[in-house]
Amino acid sequence: MSTDGAGRPVLELDCADLPCPRPVIELARALPGVAVGEVVAVLARDPAARYDVPAWCRMREQEYVGEDRSATGVPRYLVRRSS
Amino acid sequence: MSTSPGAPDPALQGYLDSASTEPLHPAARQALLAALDRGFADPRRLHGRARDARLLLDNARAVVAECLDARPDEVAFTASGTDAVHRGLLGLARAGNPGGVVHSAVEHSSVLHALAWRDSPAHRQVGVDRAGRVDVAALEAAAREPGTAVVALQSANHEVGTVQPVDEAELPAGVPLFVDAAASAGRLPLPRRWSVLAASAHKWGGPAGVGVLVVRRGTRWTTPFPGDDGLDDPGFPNVPAALAAAAALQAVLAEREEVAARQHRLVDRVRAAVSSLPDVEVVGDPVARLPHLVTFSCLYVAGDELVAALDRRGYGVASGSACTASTLEPSHVLAAMGALTHGNVRVSLRRDSTEEEVDALCAALADCLAEIRAGSGL
Repeated sequence: MSTDGAGRPVLELDCADLPCPRPVIELARALPGVAVGEVVAVLARDPAARYDVPAWCRMREQEYVGEDRSATGVPRYLVRRSS
Repeated sequence: MSTSPGAPDPALQGYLDSASTEPLHPAARQALLAALDRGFADPRRLHGRARDARLLLDNARAVVAECLDARPDEVAFTASGTDAVHRGLLGLARAGNPGGVVHSAVEHSSVLHALAWRDSPAHRQVGVDRAGRVDVAALEAAAREPGTAVVALQSANHEVGTVQPVDEAELPAGVPLFVDAAASAGRLPLPRRWSVLAASAHKWGGPAGVGVLVVRRGTRWTTPFPGDDGLDDPGFPNVPAALAAAAALQAVLAEREEVAARQHRLVDRVRAAVSSLPDVEVVGDPVARLPHLVTFSCLYVAGDELVAALDRRGYGVASGSACTASTLEPSHVLAAMGALTHGNVRVSLRRDSTEEEVDALCAALADCLAEIRAGSGL
């Protein structure tokens, strides 16, 4: 899998309707599957994801890129694999 | 009056949620039972039984005032700690109309609800660091803004135990300080400088339904709710409960240093044990903290599952995770600290909690975590 230089996600995890901590669990499972430098997006409506994705990145020393919206308007959290 | 915790009460073993409510102190039980018969009458009337009730209520007020280093005429009993916060804060905000309230991001929801109820574009929220300690410089700067009428800062955080640097803040003259002392009253010395202070008796081993509101003489404060302008107890006073609250406060202060030192050591023990578990993060200040309380978050675990698993093993603990909240919102305290909000547990010790009890809790926690994480394949 190649790194998307524009920082666009190479993988989108649809956790839109999963309660926390499932979005973080899915992120932890998926991140080893992308290359260092690539970005994974987590879709999650659960309000806890807004705090728990950045907190997970801090604990796991991964880069939290920020929050945007999916094409369907669901909050989307972007994480770059940094190690 | 008992000044030592004595032998632990076997009926309370495993109850580790005293930051939600401390079991009734033996001194409070004694005072309550005696006063139920003697203090039932209306203390505002002029007959003999009313005078009896008045005497008990005055006694309760004098004891609470002495314990909080206040004058009796500065103390009112309210219907709850929440009621004391609402009256105390809104009474200041009303007197300082129409200014805003500067407050930390980790205040108790009763403070935040009061501010939402009396919304103002001049309200300012001040952030906290990773330990939950308010940014003092930002608090001082916000307090100096022209629209600011009041500063509200808790004495210590109710969820993570971090003590706030209340006495460090240099506030401009004329901006009163409201202190929510519910989490620390009876456990730590109070901050020295404040205009209005609120506390709650059931947090220190008194009965539920007794809030304490202290308004320093000379403070511009008027009751924000229907009633007289003065600091009278609102409504019909619960004389027996007020007396029991006073007896409990006096008793916990008499034993405070010994109990706090022991609890502090036991919490250090829990912090060390829990930190050694995989993917568990202890949150809150390790040193400048409440003696009896420790909070941690466990990665990949739902807070409600963890609370239920510990409950099945006989342990009652609290959680700030969204799935355990009526609002389904995660704890605003954990969020403001940048802490993990899921898998959160708050353990708070009773005055008679033992080393055996906390060690057994830590062992049970390790089992629960392994069990739940195995279920999710992580």
